Amino acid sequence: MSAADPGARQLSDYRKMEQSVTISETTEFDGDRELLTLNLGPHHPATHGVLRLLVTLDGEVIRRLQPIYGYLHTGIEKTAEQKSYWKAIPVVERMDYVSYYFNAMAYCGAVETLLEVEIPQRAQYLRVIHMELNRIMSHLVFLGTSALDLGAISVWWYCFRERETLLDLFEMSSGQRMHTRYFQIGGVIEDIPDGWIEQVRKFCAIMPERADIYGDLLNKNEIFLQRQRDVCPLPVETLREYGVTGPLLRAAGDPWDLRKTMPYSSYEDFDFQIPIGTKGDNYDRFQVRLAEVKESVKIIIQALDNLPDGPTITEDRKIALPPRYELATSMEALIHHFKLVTEGMRVPAGEAYYAIEGARGELGCFVRSDGSSKPARVHMRDPSLVNMQAAPAATEGWLIADMLATVAMFDPIIGGVDR
Amino acid sequence: MPDAETLERLVGALKASDGDSVIQTVESPGRVAIEVKPESIVGSLEVMRAAGYEFLASVHGVDYYPHEPRLGVDYELLSREACDRVALTLRVSTDDPQLPSVTPAWPCASNQEREAYDMFGLIFDGHPDLRRILMPEDYEGHPQRRDFPIGGEPVLFTHNEHNVPRWFE
Repeated sequence: MSAADPGARQLSDYRKMEQSVTISETTEFDGDRELLTLNLGPHHPATHGVLRLLVTLDGEVIRRLQPIYGYLHTGIEKTAEQKSYWKAIPVVERMDYVSYYFNAMAYCGAVETLLEVEIPQRAQYLRVIHMELNRIMSHLVFLGTSALDLGAISVWWYCFRERETLLDLFEMSSGQRMHTRYFQIGGVIEDIPDGWIEQVRKFCAIMPERADIYGDLLNKNEIFLQRQRDVCPLPVETLREYGVTGPLLRAAGDPWDLRKTMPYSSYEDFDFQIPIGTKGDNYDRFQVRLAEVKESVKIIIQALDNLPDGPTITEDRKIALPPRYELATSMEALIHHFKLVTEGMRVPAGEAYYAIEGARGELGCFVRSDGSSKPARVHMRDPSLVNMQAAPAATEGWLIADMLATVAMFDPIIGGVDR
Repeated sequence: MPDAETLERLVGALKASDGDSVIQTVESPGRVAIEVKPESIVGSLEVMRAAGYEFLASVHGVDYYPHEPRLGVDYELLSREACDRVALTLRVSTDDPQLPSVTPAWPCASNQEREAYDMFGLIFDGHPDLRRILMPEDYEGHPQRRDFPIGGEPVLFTHNEHNVPRWFE
């Protein structure tokens, strides 16, 4: 079924360009050399999901790399338009499925900007703690799966052991291991339970040492080093040109981190450093992420030490649900509760773009409100989609084995690329 | 967002390079958007680049249904030096959704322009590889448009695939 398409006439020329690459053209000749076009994926263990790569090879050397996306497109942005603002959080969280706290933060931040609502300090700190735990979790998934791609299987088991501890922490604070729906518009859904802080502290005590162990496992692995050192480097200028942000940009030596440069959610209160690389090769990309894990632990410890008291969600009853005990005594609270649950909150008309430093780079959320209780447009600037634009530049001229290592180091999450 | 003085300077620079390029300035909480004419977007972005906004963070397609002209594109610019964001926007109609592509000058816009083409049918003239990016190549229609129907698309299973007309194409 298709919608009426008034632009169809003009589309005709572009229709030709839409034709997919035909298999009959798989052999090309470049002088006396035969080029082979090989289809890698969408089902390939080294592509981290359903990423399809079309590579043109000269022997084992990559001449051209063409990523093809869309195999995991689920129409989340369209779905979000059908939901009221607070009901869109769970679907938005499912975009980049290993950094759900970041997705929720970007979306909630954009809506909060439109609402001009003040977030209680305690909620901001709780958000920071959860986002940094999520960053560690995301980097552990990256480390484990990338090492797996490079043949170092044991690292994967260790990384997922720590990830399991993190998921248990998420379950303890919110009831869910993944896609927790913990962040709400105006704050977080509820306060952390008793004993949670001690559990997080216990985790923070072991994590830096564990990160060192994983570093040692790989830093003394000659095969790993040979496939990483000086492989597929990109200079800062090229990375900026392709819009690359996050650990990939920092690995090339550009200390750009939105947590420092444009702080949000009280990040200005914390003392942490931005690890950067020097060469921008695969080894730096790996080391920067490993170092970021330790910096995240520092932030979490500071946030726990200075966790302020107070409410965890805004007191504005037009935005946040009233507490349960008020419903029994206050008619007004009951009305607010009913309005919020049935219709949702009305957001003033306008547009907002809210960008945060996700685990893979600048994660921005664009929300347009038309004044109703449903967003008129939700668009995520997902760092995976933008970062992948630099993949051809990084890998062309390198061996196919280097390309697999580089795609692993780019760490695209296809749920975020395709949304 | 830039302060009033910077904004005035930016708008002045845009007008100096192309007299009637700026249509209006829209201020909302925490954000300033300068609406420009679609045909002058490439030049306007160059002016912004010269003014320090040298990073094109994101490109969004928007459907303003039922307002006309319906379709819009937002370009989120970032100045690393001033740590400041400003947006350039433009509007085109669904009858003639053509606008110049900024990908030749800003390679970072490539995938997101393809996405806007895929989802809204915006045609970016001069884009080196304007193909659908998320939907299948043979898909008809542009699903993020506000008047695109929800549901109604049959889901193919082995038990019903022969009942769906032309499923094999």
